[in-house]
Amino acid sequence: MTSEAITHGGAMNPEGDGWVTPDGRHIGPVVLEVKNITLRFGGVTAIKDISFDIREGEIRAIIGPNGAGKSSMLNVISGFYHPQEGEIWFRGQKRPPMKPFQVARQGIARTFQNIALFKGMSVLDNIMTGRITLMRSTMAEEALWWGRAEREELAHREAVEKIIDFLEIQHIRRTPVSRLPYGLQKRVELARALAAEPKLLLLDEPMAGMNVEEKEDMSRFILDVNDEFGTTIVLIEHDMGVVMDLSDRVVVMDYGKKIGDGPPDEVRNDPQVIAAYLGVSHE
Amino acid sequence: MPDQFYFALEVALNGLLTGIMYALVALGFVLIYKSSEIFNYAQGVMALFAALTLVGLQSGQVPFAELINAIFGTHLSHFGWRLPPLVAIVLTAVVMVLFAILVERLILRHLVGQEPIILFMATIGLAYFLEGFGDLMWGSEIKKLDIGLPQGLSETVESLTDRWFGYGLFIDRLDIAAAAVAGILVTVLTLFSQYTKQGRALRAVADDHQAALSVGISLRFIWVLVWSIAGFIALVAGVMWGAKSGVQFSLSLIALKALPVLMLGGFTSIPGAIVGGLIIGVGEKLFEFWVGPLIGGATENWFAYVLALVFLVFRPQGLFGEKIIERV
Repeated sequence: MTSEAITHGGAMNPEGDGWVTPDGRHIGPVVLEVKNITLRFGGVTAIKDISFDIREGEIRAIIGPNGAGKSSMLNVISGFYHPQEGEIWFRGQKRPPMKPFQVARQGIARTFQNIALFKGMSVLDNIMTGRITLMRSTMAEEALWWGRAEREELAHREAVEKIIDFLEIQHIRRTPVSRLPYGLQKRVELARALAAEPKLLLLDEPMAGMNVEEKEDMSRFILDVNDEFGTTIVLIEHDMGVVMDLSDRVVVMDYGKKIGDGPPDEVRNDPQVIAAYLGVSHE
Repeated sequence: MPDQFYFALEVALNGLLTGIMYALVALGFVLIYKSSEIFNYAQGVMALFAALTLVGLQSGQVPFAELINAIFGTHLSHFGWRLPPLVAIVLTAVVMVLFAILVERLILRHLVGQEPIILFMATIGLAYFLEGFGDLMWGSEIKKLDIGLPQGLSETVESLTDRWFGYGLFIDRLDIAAAAVAGILVTVLTLFSQYTKQGRALRAVADDHQAALSVGISLRFIWVLVWSIAGFIALVAGVMWGAKSGVQFSLSLIALKALPVLMLGGFTSIPGAIVGGLIIGVGEKLFEFWVGPLIGGATENWFAYVLALVFLVFRPQGLFGEKIIERV
């Protein structure tokens, strides 16, 4: 057993890289690694020299008080921000500076803290846009609605219907997104990200602004997604309680710095982490 | 039925057909406005440029002939061939795609994230540049556009209506052709935007840039696509208006007629552009027919703008535009 496996209380993976969680899920090798990332906006340093890794199949949380730089970190990974220093390694390769759409095409999907759905479009159309990176038909084929275009559209529709069933949003399939309540909009956004069949799924405060019931639903869906599809998930939250139940490992940030990294139980008892949270008297 | 009724009907029909042409020009504006919030002042000049290019290519004109002659003292004017209309149209469409790529490379790319007013100013610059460039490339004289579109009075319509109603309606063949082409174009565009990957991407970009990026849509590609489509629409509009009144500078002014159409229909609505165009087309013809004689005529010059003003006062978002909600 490696020391890492021991701290996670599970057995080692048969492959030798990673481990098996107590509830029987396989955590694999490193998918994405950020190394010494520093991000500045003018004179303000949002992220300072942060490194951590994300392993295949795990739910990795990034927590911290408001303004700790969690969302900035997510934006760095998804290509919306470009750090001044540091490297990002994805699937064993160093990633050159990329535009968000290029990151998406690599298989990294995300949701936004303030919900970025296509408000004028139906739930179905919104989720279909999630599959754009998987569609192969050319402009000419589409213009003539010939060859791959029609077959593809049908195949993707089928895949999208499965996701709709999975997230239990069949009844709102045709509804324009702008008419949905907040909690459901969040779920549609998750559906759109899932539709891309991502290798890595980034969720920016998926439970922000939700009531207790909605939070429970969302937690269940996140666990189910991870369990059913084996999707690697990075999750940002500032509510400690939610995160501790969901995640396999947790990164704790405060004022742009990493102050903790490890399994939830270990992080929870870290005096530095406790200080950061008590210091800002969080819920 | 009195002849007066049929005459009014004829006027309304003519207005309807003109209105489709207005709608076509307005559609070019709406597409670009929706996807990038740019009011493209150059849309009218694009129609002129497309028509000039079409005539030039078709008649085998040497591009920049006058410039070359002035510098090298040569006497170039034509290559001496005539291209078939279809070939010339396809080539012109290619030129419009190249134009779209250049606009993205040289202008849009550098102005990403700027205020809409700055992008608007850029399109004013673009309009004047393109106007001069078109002149320099193809010469500034009035040109006849002849790609074999039907012209003159439609005898079929006249004889049929004469037999049915005892009154032969006067409808221009060119107007019928233009309406048919515009109708097909709008249908194809609607199908494209509803049922294809790129169409969906286009709507996605129009809705939310950030979200579009996050699902893997390249904004630059979509801009080229949108400007290319606007270029095709300009080509169709340029051809139809050019066939009607010759290809000349005033062609670019049809864009001004699109403005009241947009105010009626709303800047962000494709159905709005179509309905707005039809209302203005029919409205101005009927107004001229009924009210014109009482106040000395020539109402067609201003009717559309006054109607637009009325709309601005009572329904500023237009008939189909997104509702303006003020949050305090």
